Amino acid sequence: MNLLWREALLTFRRTRTLSVLSVTTIAFALFVTGLFGLVSLNIRNALGDLEERVEIVAFVLRGTPTQTIAVATQDIAAFPEVLSVTYVSEDEALERARTDLVEFQDAYRDLEVNPLPPSLELRLRPGFRNAEVAAEVSERLQGFGFVEEVRYGREWVQRLDALRNIAGLVGLAIGLAFALVSIVIIGVTIRITVLQRAREIHIMRLVGATDWFIRGPFLLEGAIKGFLGGIAALVLCGLVFAGFKSQGLGLGVGLGFFNIGQSLLLLLFGTLLGLTGSLVSVSRHLKSV
Amino acid sequence: MIRFANVSKHYATGTGAALEGITFHIARGEFAFLTGHSGAGKSTLLKLMYADERPSAGDVRVSGFNIGALGRDEVPRLRRRLGIVFQDFRLLEDRTAAENIAFALEVTGSRPDVIPARVTRALAQVGLQAKADAYPREMSGGEQQRVAIARALVNDPPVLLADEPTGNLDERATRSVFQLLHEINEAGTVVVMATHDLDLVRHAKRRVLELRDGHLVFDSAADADAEAAE
Repeated sequence: MNLLWREALLTFRRTRTLSVLSVTTIAFALFVTGLFGLVSLNIRNALGDLEERVEIVAFVLRGTPTQTIAVATQDIAAFPEVLSVTYVSEDEALERARTDLVEFQDAYRDLEVNPLPPSLELRLRPGFRNAEVAAEVSERLQGFGFVEEVRYGREWVQRLDALRNIAGLVGLAIGLAFALVSIVIIGVTIRITVLQRAREIHIMRLVGATDWFIRGPFLLEGAIKGFLGGIAALVLCGLVFAGFKSQGLGLGVGLGFFNIGQSLLLLLFGTLLGLTGSLVSVSRHLKSV
Repeated sequence: MIRFANVSKHYATGTGAALEGITFHIARGEFAFLTGHSGAGKSTLLKLMYADERPSAGDVRVSGFNIGALGRDEVPRLRRRLGIVFQDFRLLEDRTAAENIAFALEVTGSRPDVIPARVTRALAQVGLQAKADAYPREMSGGEQQRVAIARALVNDPPVLLADEPTGNLDERATRSVFQLLHEINEAGTVVVMATHDLDLVRHAKRRVLELRDGHLVFDSAADADAEAAE
C-alpha cells in the first residue's frame, strides 16, 4: 500500500508540470459539467416551484347538501394521487375574489347575488403533478353528480410536462457528452504519463511485476487527479455562481448552489472519471507491450 | 532447465522466419554462449525464454514453464525465476543503484523489512557496495551493468539471461562483467549470454550455440557428443 502511494506521488513530483496541466484540464472538463449541472439543478428547482402550482378545481352545483360534499371530500382525499382537498364555499370564494382581484373590488362590493359557485380545490402529490394524472383525476371528479365543471389549466400543465421532458433529455444528453469528453481528456493526460513511464513499466514487467501491480499507481494517480480536478471545478463553479448572484443576475428567482451531497457527488464523479481514464490508458498500453 | 524442441518463430510481417527448427537443451549449472551476427535470431531466442515472444511452432520449456501455453497472468511467475540483463542496462535514471535493485524486490511483493539486507547482499555480490547511493549517470558503463546484474540476481533466480551484456563496454569492463557472470554460474545459476564478441567466446571455453539466419548451425555440446561417440 505504501509503495502504491509512493509511486503515485512520485509521478506527481517527477512530472510536476504535466500533473498540474492534467489536473487543470480535468478541472475545466468537470467545471463545464458542473456548470451545466448547476443550470439543470436550478431549472429543476424552478420547475418544482411551478409544479406545486398544479391544482384541480371542481366547481360544485349550488344547493348541494353540505353533508354530501363532506362525504365526497373524504372519498376524494383518499385518491392516491391527491395531497389535499379544500372546500371553498360561495362566501369564501367571493371574499377571496375581493382580496385577490383588487381592480374589481367595487364590482364585487355592489353585488346583490353571489355569482361565484362553491368549489373543491385539489392539490396533487409530488410525482403526480402532470397532465396525464390531472386529466385522469378530473375525469373521476366529473363522475360525482354534484360536480358541475372541472378545471386544471390543461394547456399550462401540458406545457410544463413538455418543458420537463425536454429539460430532462437535454440534461441527460449534455451531461453524458461532457462526461465522455472528460473521460477522453483524462485518458489522454494519463496516457502521456504512461508513455513517459514506459521504460519503468517495461522494467517492472521484466522483473516479474503483475499487470495489476503495474496498474495500481496509475489508477491511484488518476483517481487523485480526478479528485483534485473535482475540487478545483467545485471552487470555480462556486466563484461563477457567486459572481452571477452578486451581479443581480438572479432575476428574482431563488438560485441554488449544490448541497453537500451533490458536491460530494461531483467529487466522486471526478474521482471515478480519473480512475476510468487511467484504467483505459494503462490497460491499452499494457496490452500493446 | 531450458529445452527447445523444433522451435520456429515467424513474424506476421512476412519477413521470413526469425527462427527455424531450433532444438537444444541447457542443463542445470551450465553456461552457454549464444553467438551469431546481428539479426541471426539471438534476441528472439532469448525473448522466447522470458516469454516476451511465443513460439510459432515447437516446444519451449524454461524452469518448468511451457512458454507456448503460458497465460498472460503466469508470465510474472516465470520472470521471477529469471534474471534478465541487457546491453543498455535498463536502469531507472532517477533512482540510485540501491533503489534500482530494491525496485525489483518491491514490485514483486517482497516484505519491506527484508529488502535493505537483500539489496546490500546483491551489491556486495557485484562488488559495488560503495556505489549504493550513486545514480546511473554517476557510474561508468561497467558499473551500471553490474547494478543491472545485481538487480537480476536479487530474487535468486535459477537462470540468468544476458542479451549482449558487454556490447556497450570497453575491454576491461567486458572482462570484469564476464568474470562476474562466470562467478554467478559457479555458484549454480544457469547463464545464457548472447554475444557477438568472438574473442570472449574463444577464451572462455564454454558451450557455444551459434545461430545463422534463424537456424542453429553449431552447438559445441552436440559436437563434443558426436566426437565422443566416434
